[in-house]
Amino acid sequence: MRSIQQSLGKFHEVGIRPVAISVDPPEASRDLCQKAGYTFTFLSDPKAEAIRRYDLVHAGQGINGQDIARPAEFLLDSSGTVRWVNLTENYWVRARPEQILEAAKAIQ
Amino acid sequence: MRIQRFNWPIWSGFLLSLIALLSYPFLFVNWPVTRDFPWANLLLFGIAAVLLFLGVRRAFSPDRRRISKIAASVLVTFGVLVLAFFIFSFFIASRWLPASRGAPQVGRKAPDFTLADTNNKQVSLSNLLSEPINGKPPKGLLLIFYRGYW
Repeated sequence: MRSIQQSLGKFHEVGIRPVAISVDPPEASRDLCQKAGYTFTFLSDPKAEAIRRYDLVHAGQGINGQDIARPAEFLLDSSGTVRWVNLTENYWVRARPEQILEAAKAIQ
Repeated sequence: MRIQRFNWPIWSGFLLSLIALLSYPFLFVNWPVTRDFPWANLLLFGIAAVLLFLGVRRAFSPDRRRISKIAASVLVTFGVLVLAFFIFSFFIASRWLPASRGAPQVGRKAPDFTLADTNNKQVSLSNLLSEPINGKPPKGLLLIFYRGYW
């Protein structure tokens, strides 16, 4: 998230809007954004509905045993078609902004 | 009475192993270069291991009291457990992720959704795809799913 925020200008320059999605309620995401200084869109999926539709549910992994999202990144073009996907094998390891910006070059 | 010098290598080795563990989630995770592979933490563990080894050697020299030997054994055991926990959390437990074979693939339409943003405003995928960025229509969208903190 931090690295996405740091590269936010570059993403906007190429017309890409980053959007973060988790099961956190809107208030929790708002706190996070304020504390960490994130200025891009954060969406709340407390019932993991969108997360389920994308087949990203990591069952029972929340603090109270609720279903959460496994980390994943999708780059869509303006028609909503997936152009690049990253399903990490290790949740500490995330896509780097440079990788995503490289993939974004193919979208016109 | 024998003069008992403080066994600083064993204590600093143990302390350093704790720092090596905690500095990953609290510090090194912030930079991709130290996050994607925890070389900085493994380096700290390496230094901690050397200190613990020196500490044990010192504790088991003939002029040390039994309490010093016991303390050294306990600390070195904890140090090894801390390293084992780190290896387990980074290299093993963090890979227990669902396969997500049904996740949208390249070339497919991304499934639609409507979710609340941080102001409790409902936002749909089509909103996000059409709302201008810096006055220009967006070329694309980067969806980042993350585990969340709750």
